Amino acid sequence: MAAKKKEPVVIEGAGPLNAPIGGLLTWVDQRFPLMSIWKDHLSEYYAPKNFNFWYFFGALSLVVLMLQIVTGIFLVMHYKPSAAEAFASVEYIMRDVPGGWLIRYLHSTGASAFFVVVYLHMFRGLMYGSYRAPRELIWIFGMIIYLCLMAEAFFGYLLPWGQMSYWGAQVIVNLFDALPIIGPDLSTWIRGDFVVSDATLNRFFAFHVIAIPMALLGLVAAHILALHEVGSNNPDGVEIKAKLDDKGHPLDGIPFHPYYTIKDIFGLSVFATVFSVILFFLPEMGGYFLEYNNFIPADPLKTPTHIAPVWYFTPFYSILRATTEDFMWALRVGVVAYAGLILFTSRGCLSKILTLLLAPVILLAMGVIEAKVWGVVLMGVSTLIFFLMPWLDKSPVRSIRYKGRLSHIALTIFVIVFLTLGFYGTQPVTAAGTLISQIGTLIYFSFFLLMPWYTQMETTHPVPDRVTS
Amino acid sequence: MVRNFLLLVFLTPLLAFAHEMHLDHAPINPSDNASLQRGAKYFVNYCLNCHSANYMRYNRLTDIGLNDKQILENFVFSEGKVGDLMKVNMNPNASKVWFGVAPPDLSVITRARSSEAGSGADWVYTYLRSFYRDPTRPTGWNNTTYPNVAMPHVLWELQGEQELKAHPVRMEGYEATEEKPALVKPGQLSPVEYDQVIVDLVNYLSYMAEPTAKSRKNTGIVVLTFLFLMVGLTYALKKEFWKDVH
Repeated sequence: MAAKKKEPVVIEGAGPLNAPIGGLLTWVDQRFPLMSIWKDHLSEYYAPKNFNFWYFFGALSLVVLMLQIVTGIFLVMHYKPSAAEAFASVEYIMRDVPGGWLIRYLHSTGASAFFVVVYLHMFRGLMYGSYRAPRELIWIFGMIIYLCLMAEAFFGYLLPWGQMSYWGAQVIVNLFDALPIIGPDLSTWIRGDFVVSDATLNRFFAFHVIAIPMALLGLVAAHILALHEVGSNNPDGVEIKAKLDDKGHPLDGIPFHPYYTIKDIFGLSVFATVFSVILFFLPEMGGYFLEYNNFIPADPLKTPTHIAPVWYFTPFYSILRATTEDFMWALRVGVVAYAGLILFTSRGCLSKILTLLLAPVILLAMGVIEAKVWGVVLMGVSTLIFFLMPWLDKSPVRSIRYKGRLSHIALTIFVIVFLTLGFYGTQPVTAAGTLISQIGTLIYFSFFLLMPWYTQMETTHPVPDRVTS
Repeated sequence: MVRNFLLLVFLTPLLAFAHEMHLDHAPINPSDNASLQRGAKYFVNYCLNCHSANYMRYNRLTDIGLNDKQILENFVFSEGKVGDLMKVNMNPNASKVWFGVAPPDLSVITRARSSEAGSGADWVYTYLRSFYRDPTRPTGWNNTTYPNVAMPHVLWELQGEQELKAHPVRMEGYEATEEKPALVKPGQLSPVEYDQVIVDLVNYLSYMAEPTAKSRKNTGIVVLTFLFLMVGLTYALKKEFWKDVH
């Protein structure tokens, strides 16, 4: 069966090299969709020309993922996943492996940098409505990536086998203990033992180096494929495919390569500079990237006085700790108020019936199940609620540029609350800290749950036909 | 209610400061090889009998200007090899019986002891200067930085003996007293000489916690120089490519 011969590949401006290189590419292209992949995803992927600062962080996340995989491979060559040897093998990497300190700091700084770029990437999505139709699946894939990333970071954090590694894992796995009926068996099953031990270390190692990275790579591919299927959003939130030139290309689009590849290399240089300042001069980042207590080997008999997760988990950790027995009253009031809001304002019959059924069930459950469990539930919901963004945002416009005042206020307060919760999650429990975290928790959930109302109530600004520069 | 809340918010940081431990700043100089070498000597002579440094090799001391022969003659005991780790012969179970707790490994102690109150070096520097006589403790010694520590004052012959004395402290608007250790019986060294010994020792401990720190910073300067050029170059490249985009 003779396949249709493709056109020979011609490289513009290659001069005398065109014959050998073009010939090789032609040979490959007739056997593999090389040129069409190149065109679809780079040279003829039309991206809006008005990307700003916030659009660097997608490409940067990809670079940091690669960095973590490559440095991870070299770390695994010297690391020993055993309770007896893990701590010593990390110090061996730091001292006796040539260049080992660099690989280790690249990986430990890279872990925090990953969350920095991913949080900024997510914030970009929130600002410009990148989750809105038809980009719901891009957002959902992205959120699954984020959850995998949290799992990856959590599993990886146990591996150095320091005090924080050990007790952090102990605290988080014990959260599952709080779940009714299955809790105790479930947490034992996760640990593979009755306490965090060698068995736990081995399975966390397997998840950290094989299972989660494989899932991450597949999800990143899906995230990018979905993006390239519908095309990128932009700071104005207008659809560039609506206005095409006579060749059928978007008038406001430019080919990703060379324009954005070149621009992203500049962004990468700036990022690498900031990253290197931390890596070479502040690798512990004041105890935030490498916690001081983690330089003490894990001791199952000695619980540290203050156990704090690494900074990127602390907003959710604050929500967990905020959920005390007293706070349950605030939550009950919240549930009643929210049910009332739906009953009085919703026009749909179904939502009213669902509210009338669900609200009493939740209130009843709040009376039966202890606050500790609700803390775990709220912490879980606080990460999962991002999934609903495409359906919570009812604004007629995508971008924050054209939304009204309420959306601006809501997003600003949300960012402040997220950072405040993050800060209090790193601190030991105080009365004031708990109160602030509780108020923060209520605002955190209000940002999402009230979104269908405030995005519809406000007056939006007219959206231009074309992107603004 | 609101007033109480605001009060709580604004006063919390003050409470945090009030409880924070005061640490003296350790005047160490990581590029002073003479100090590091003296510190290494004190470490091997005074600390390494009970505390190990299991991740540190003797021949790593070439970093601080010693050669293999000097290391073998002055630092390694009896039949050890120059590439050995700084292990300790004491049985950890036996030491647990003697002290109630096994003496911790000191390889990365200055990293582990870092806190918001100060660097790990500051902590060790303050700790080794705050032992005082306390007949209620099994060892006869106590410590203001690490109350009821199991470790006796190993360097007491050098420092002499301190006892807790009340010092007046001037606070904002009122007078108070604070119990601080004060020298009551001089040792072989003057207080200034003793402090210098501790500075050298802490300098060494902080070097040992991360022997690659120096090459890390040196590499960093080279990498950053390269990256500054890269930022300029890629910015110019971006400008050039984008000049036809309007």
